[in-house]
Amino acid sequence: MRTVIFRTIAPYLAALMVLFSIFVLLRGHNEPGGGFIGGLIAASAFAIYGIGCGVAAVRRAITFHPMSIAAAGLFLGGVSGLPSLFTGQPFMTSQWWYVHMLGVEVPLSTPLFFDIGVYLVVVGAITSIALGLEERESD
Amino acid sequence: MAASDYPVDLSQAMRMDPVPPGDWLIVAPLLITILGGALCLMTRKNTDAQPKVAIIFLTLLVLACAGLLARVLDKGVLTMVAGNWLPPFGIAFTVDAMGATLALVSSIVALAAAVFGINDIDKSGRRYGFYPFLLLLMTGVCGAFLTGDIFNLYVWFEVLLISSFGMLVLGNERAQLDGAVKYALLNIVATTLFLIATGLLYGILGTLNMADIARKAAAGGFEGPLMTVAVLYFLAFAMKAAAFPVNFWLPASYHTPRIVVAALFAGLLTKVGVYALLRIFGVLLPDARLMLSDLIAVVAIATMLTGVIGALAQTDLRRLLGFLVISGIGSMLAGLAIGTAPAMAGAIFYAVHSILVMTALYMAAGVMRALGGSYSMRELGGLYRASPVLAAVFLMLAFAVSGLPPFSGFWPKVLLVDAALQDGHGWIAGAILLTGLLTTIAVGRVWIYAFWRGGAEGTADGQLTATLVVPDEVRGPGVWLPIGLLLGLVVLIGLQPEFMMQVAQRGALTLVEPLGYLRSVFGDTVQ
Repeated sequence: MRTVIFRTIAPYLAALMVLFSIFVLLRGHNEPGGGFIGGLIAASAFAIYGIGCGVAAVRRAITFHPMSIAAAGLFLGGVSGLPSLFTGQPFMTSQWWYVHMLGVEVPLSTPLFFDIGVYLVVVGAITSIALGLEERESD
Repeated sequence: MAASDYPVDLSQAMRMDPVPPGDWLIVAPLLITILGGALCLMTRKNTDAQPKVAIIFLTLLVLACAGLLARVLDKGVLTMVAGNWLPPFGIAFTVDAMGATLALVSSIVALAAAVFGINDIDKSGRRYGFYPFLLLLMTGVCGAFLTGDIFNLYVWFEVLLISSFGMLVLGNERAQLDGAVKYALLNIVATTLFLIATGLLYGILGTLNMADIARKAAAGGFEGPLMTVAVLYFLAFAMKAAAFPVNFWLPASYHTPRIVVAALFAGLLTKVGVYALLRIFGVLLPDARLMLSDLIAVVAIATMLTGVIGALAQTDLRRLLGFLVISGIGSMLAGLAIGTAPAMAGAIFYAVHSILVMTALYMAAGVMRALGGSYSMRELGGLYRASPVLAAVFLMLAFAVSGLPPFSGFWPKVLLVDAALQDGHGWIAGAILLTGLLTTIAVGRVWIYAFWRGGAEGTADGQLTATLVVPDEVRGPGVWLPIGLLLGLVVLIGLQPEFMMQVAQRGALTLVEPLGYLRSVFGDTVQ
């Protein structure tokens, strides 16, 4: 698999895919997309990078262990259900904040953070599995 | 319960009034275990901090569950619907006395296991995630006990199943993988059946909310298809609960993992299956339970007797205890087969007793192994001299599991036998009593061989050939504190059964007359 063409292209392809995955994650509230599918795209980006440039390079690039990323996502997902405690509503009731930034209204909400949590869980878990399989192969 | 329609005014079901913060106790067990599990997973390289984080979160879990039980006893069945969606559409958590009690007892057992694990789980076991798995297993267990949505119940079963796979293979030995394959395969088959049945149920009634299912099933008109669903559910959860004849995965796998993992599994996993059976056949499909009660009774008696006969035939201590777990499941199913309120109360009480006693027995077996060097009853011996305390602890637990007074096993058996006789099921009562006798013989055998005999098999009477060294790993509070805690509860429930009796009766009342359950979900408009 490690042809010159693939090795050269893989980092750029992976970067583009991660960027696209974030786009898919953010548009997912009202349109097709969301944390799960975004996470899958990002995980495949890391898998491609791993096939092209080796597992060690991926592990360096993502800094944290994939399982820790998944755990952080789980934590974020759990915490995102909490704010409604303070508004007298049941668990996971969505809360919205409209932030004005550079003249643009940016809607922030708890479902967004829950979706980011899902994204991280999927990225972490699938990357962990993918890297594990790739490592076994290259030994 | 008479088949009656429960009319519901759905326009009244959307409740916009503020949720009191106390109601958050309903989801607190899930939040605590998810957040704690995530933290443990992030810090799993720090093997010294792992047990501390887990013990802190599990203590919080015990407190939350105790608070939840107190609130349920005070206010009746509680419901919280995630995201404030209408109850039949949103995912509801509906907690009654049965769910809250089982969640509380399970969390106590998990805390005991976390403490016991400090000695039993080595550094590599911790790095491979014993504590994150423990916390996430508790997410699944508590979620299953607290949810009011049948598909959500399936999700929690998956959560606890996946965590249990991880715990089962901790250590990566050949026998463990062998046990894990059998365990995983059978459980996946059962989970798939559960999912298929849930799909059919949704197709028939168009709802997944348990209270809504109970309402629509009681309205009548779908008896035939619902019977199919009921039989599928019975098969699926009988597999999960390890009922005869679909229980061979349990003795094939429970003797392979670390002893603390086996203790936890023996205490919790099968009881979640029993809980699901009680919930589904008590609240959701009571008419199907009436039709199936003879079948359930036969399965219950066969489970009791094959379990205890299997235990009599074993020489490996862990396998023997595994068969005793199965035998206990039979007693709980007997309660379901009889189906009256006292019988259901007996089943709930028995589940509580079984969770505590089986976990403690497995932990005691771990200590016996550390002292005697083996789990085989042929090789054990002379433990009375090595540790008289352990001999006393094991004897008390043995009495408890056999159902002898004054321990926790006595009262549920009284309830069950009494309910069986009152309802004209003399043979169920006879089977429960016979099982008790055989269990006494099975555990008495262990005590005689491991504690009374002077050494391994072949030692003459009065001789002492066993070495009496107490290894460091069984000194200190990490081993005796959890066993002491569980034993203390077993004795306390045995001597002061009133509280547990009341709670079990409250839980049973919700099962046989689910009006309170429905009102909690749909408001007081339910007639």
